[in-house]
Amino acid sequence: MTSPVVTARGLTRVYGEGETAVHALRGVDLDIASGRLTAVMGPSGSGKSTLMHVLAGLDKPDGGSVSIAGVEVTGLDDKGLTELRREHIGFVFQFFNLLPMLTARENIVLPSEIAGEEVDAAWLDELVEKIGLTDRLGHRPSELSGGQQQRVAVARSLASRPTVLFADEPTGNLDSTTSAEILELLRSAVDGFGQTTVMVTHDPGAARFADRVVHLEDGQIASDETQVPS
Amino acid sequence: MRRVALKGLWLRRGRALLTTLAVVLGVAMVCGTFILTDTIDKAFDAIFTTGNAKTSAVISARNVVEESSSGKPTIPAALLEKVRAAPDVAEASGIISAAGFGTDQIRLVGRDGKTIGNPNAPKLAIGADWSVERFNPFTIAEGRFPRTDGELAIDRTTADKQDLEPGDELGVSGQGGKRTFTVTGIARYGEVNSLGGATIGLFDIPTAQKLLAKEGRFDTISVAVDPGVTDQQLKESLREVVGRDAAVRTGDEQAAEESKEIEEATSFIRYFLLAFGFIALGVGAFVIYNTLTITIAQRVRELATLRALGASGRQVRRSVLIEGLALGVIASVVGLVLGYFLAKGLSAAFVALGIDLPKTDQVVKPRTIIASLAIGIVVTAVASIAPARRATRISPIAAMQEGAKLPAKLGARRPVAGLIVLAVAAVLLGLGAFAGLKVTTALILLGAGCLVLFAAVGMLAHRAVTPLARALGAPAQRVGGAAGHLARENASRNPARTASTAGALMIGLALVTLVATLGEGLRSSNRKALENQVSADTVITAKNGFDTIPAAAGQAAAQIPGVQVYPVRHDRANAFGDGVSVDGLAPGIDRVVRLSTSGGPAFPGDGEAVVEREYATEHKLTVGSTLELTTPSAKKLDVTVSAFQERTSVQKIDPLFGKVVLSQETFEANFPRSGDQYVFVAGAVPATTIDRALKGFPDVEARSRAAWVTKRVDGIKTLLNLLYVLLALSVVVSLFGMVNTLVLTVFERTREIGMLRAVGMSRRQVRRMVRQESIITALIGAALGLPLGLLLARLLSSALADEGITFAVPGSALIVFTVVAIVAGVIAAIAPARRAARLDVLKALQYE
Repeated sequence: MTSPVVTARGLTRVYGEGETAVHALRGVDLDIASGRLTAVMGPSGSGKSTLMHVLAGLDKPDGGSVSIAGVEVTGLDDKGLTELRREHIGFVFQFFNLLPMLTARENIVLPSEIAGEEVDAAWLDELVEKIGLTDRLGHRPSELSGGQQQRVAVARSLASRPTVLFADEPTGNLDSTTSAEILELLRSAVDGFGQTTVMVTHDPGAARFADRVVHLEDGQIASDETQVPS
Repeated sequence: MRRVALKGLWLRRGRALLTTLAVVLGVAMVCGTFILTDTIDKAFDAIFTTGNAKTSAVISARNVVEESSSGKPTIPAALLEKVRAAPDVAEASGIISAAGFGTDQIRLVGRDGKTIGNPNAPKLAIGADWSVERFNPFTIAEGRFPRTDGELAIDRTTADKQDLEPGDELGVSGQGGKRTFTVTGIARYGEVNSLGGATIGLFDIPTAQKLLAKEGRFDTISVAVDPGVTDQQLKESLREVVGRDAAVRTGDEQAAEESKEIEEATSFIRYFLLAFGFIALGVGAFVIYNTLTITIAQRVRELATLRALGASGRQVRRSVLIEGLALGVIASVVGLVLGYFLAKGLSAAFVALGIDLPKTDQVVKPRTIIASLAIGIVVTAVASIAPARRATRISPIAAMQEGAKLPAKLGARRPVAGLIVLAVAAVLLGLGAFAGLKVTTALILLGAGCLVLFAAVGMLAHRAVTPLARALGAPAQRVGGAAGHLARENASRNPARTASTAGALMIGLALVTLVATLGEGLRSSNRKALENQVSADTVITAKNGFDTIPAAAGQAAAQIPGVQVYPVRHDRANAFGDGVSVDGLAPGIDRVVRLSTSGGPAFPGDGEAVVEREYATEHKLTVGSTLELTTPSAKKLDVTVSAFQERTSVQKIDPLFGKVVLSQETFEANFPRSGDQYVFVAGAVPATTIDRALKGFPDVEARSRAAWVTKRVDGIKTLLNLLYVLLALSVVVSLFGMVNTLVLTVFERTREIGMLRAVGMSRRQVRRMVRQESIITALIGAALGLPLGLLLARLLSSALADEGITFAVPGSALIVFTVVAIVAGVIAAIAPARRAARLDVLKALQYE
């Protein structure tokens, strides 16, 4: 097996103070293996979203540390975090978060544009073919269905070949057929390109596509199982 | 990233356009002002160049006293023969020309007995040897030039307006009262029919000299040069002939000199109008700031997504700034175009007022374009700095959260910054009002203080919004029920937003309140001062109240039995290298006028002068010291200071007499062609009877004391009205801001409005809810602006309180302004309310 690309040790995160304090994470240790699809599951309020925010460097833990590709995330300032997101992290969001003024193609190349990097044309063609939207690249998000929008979002997250891709409830806003298409897409990126992926979901159906399922309850890991994805 | 910013702007173009309107108006005002004044300058330039085209040199007396009411000094007619005999001179001709001000004008009197032409336009009169074609810029369209006494030619416009043809009779009123002349011809000046609405009368030389009391004199001598000699060479040789008393200019120099005088007048108009353009731009900056903040608040997720995708804080800030810059560029370009048409509209307005500007193409100088664009872009860019900085504080987590909010403004909880700005405003205003600085410095400080004060109130106002909304919204709730209640709550939901929306309106309302309060204070204290000073039964003045009138008018009134007249002669003189106003008081005038003095008798004897106290102090004059005056005819005159005039501050603003007061005898012995500022009349004869005796003087009017005081005090009303019109511009700009905020607010609350409709709110109630929120916001603007205006007025007047400026609250004006605010609120709400009421309930609920 491969070495972990994301390492978390002793993560704690508390919101609020005193009696109303909410302990979202109560000491979480986690290693995310390279080239695998890891699903983080748990009921509402279990801390799964907080865990993802902390792992991706979006939120700072109150205790513990996170490193991605050998970089200590918890010590980075805003500039360092921006660099980290550009080089190592991709996101897929529940509400797609495509920019409404840009076409599908422009949305896909946006992260490279932001980072001031050249887009690898061959890689882009491969991605576009993979998401199957070759003929809709000139359309705006408002002209695409939910499933199509999320496929564009997946292509966008893959375009920069991130070290790790975080997917936050990627099927939370889609019907079951479309959900399956998106999950297959994510799965094939893991199998085809070895894309390390962390997916937060509360849908057991979605978790079946993962190599490993981590269950969170009350801010702690309740179970951690490796499985053969279906 | 630039593409993201610009494409985003394009997607929201409708709203963006609404936002830019706030800046468009200000830029249009700036640009229109430049174009208008440049065009006027150029038109007159062209006229003066035409007038001096075939003239090699012009000889005129040296101008001794600026703005003398008796006109410029003249040169002796005998000089003409000397000039003709000079070397290189081909031809020379003497000219009499009345500039059209004070006693230096000839009025044409229509069949109705009234002066022809707009009271604000000059009345030109020219006497020349019309047979000398070379110097004659006029051409005869009909009839012929005048040849003898009793004949004149007039301009085409006047002829058309009065329906006059050669052979008709026309009244002409000069220094000696009205006489009847015969029109011999209709003339045109070069290619134009009219010169800026001025009436033009052309006479032969002796007639013009008599009408203007310039016998044996010329105003100018025009000279043409022999072939082969340059104008410059001619100028040199003429200099030797005319000596030191007269000035020689080449034709070109003369044209430039004449243009310069017009340019001084237009530059005053320019700065005056520009000031209001800048006020509108300041309000526009408020509106832009507010709108950008709201649009950023609505795009929190979008901006957070950019951050999550790797955009740095700096990139986000830049994208907002680019958006602001793009808005600024668009607004400025649109404003520029609008300004072009505004200038056209303004000249049309001038024509409607009877000031017919000479026709030329509008002048758009590169300076106009650069200044208009620069100021519009800079204002917008500066207004977008704060929203851009706030946008950088959006966390990328917001990309994954529903209903994420824009982080609070830096230091919003701590009012320190606002209080510091407030303190700066207090210092500036305090210095301006109390430090006794020079008027211009004080005004600059007060103006700057005003701006800073507005910014401070803008920064602190959000704290006052909630209580104000509660108080002002109470009637809305009573009238509007649930809709009113919600309107009241909505208004205080985002206090910072409501505060800056109301803040834009506040500025306009504060300024009109300031103007109204000062105007009211001036009016009431001026009335008291005038009533206190003047006890005459009747006062004779020019119809417009400020021109001097021929001395013959007072003499005509004196013929009425039972009437005693006390004229006040007036002109300007030079002393200490500068101009000063001088009056000559008739003997016995103390029966009808009080002059408050110190250090000596109230009225001057012969060879004595009563000098205004501050002027005396400035020039170290004491009782008994000698004051040397130079009259407009360059005559030197020594007078002995006998007492000081003591003035209250309202008298400083609207003084009855000049700074130097002489006896009538001393005045008449030294000043040429003097006119009267007032003729005070004692005697129980009705003003109408006296007025009838003045028929020969169409611009002269006799009024009863009460009527005269009212007329004089109301002079300020015209100024007030002009200021109101110009300040209305900034109120309109703030109106755009209100519309903008409401539209964005409705958009933001789509889901909520859908819910309200779903639980049974009618379209009507939705409309009412939006409308009442708008009215509450406008009233908050009034609640902040009116007291602020009163405070500023109070500051100004209390600095001058010792000297008689009273602080009078203009009650009815304040009510009018409050009504204006309510109407503004209703108007601003029309479109947004309709939009809210039309929302499809189902779609609104699903809206994400």
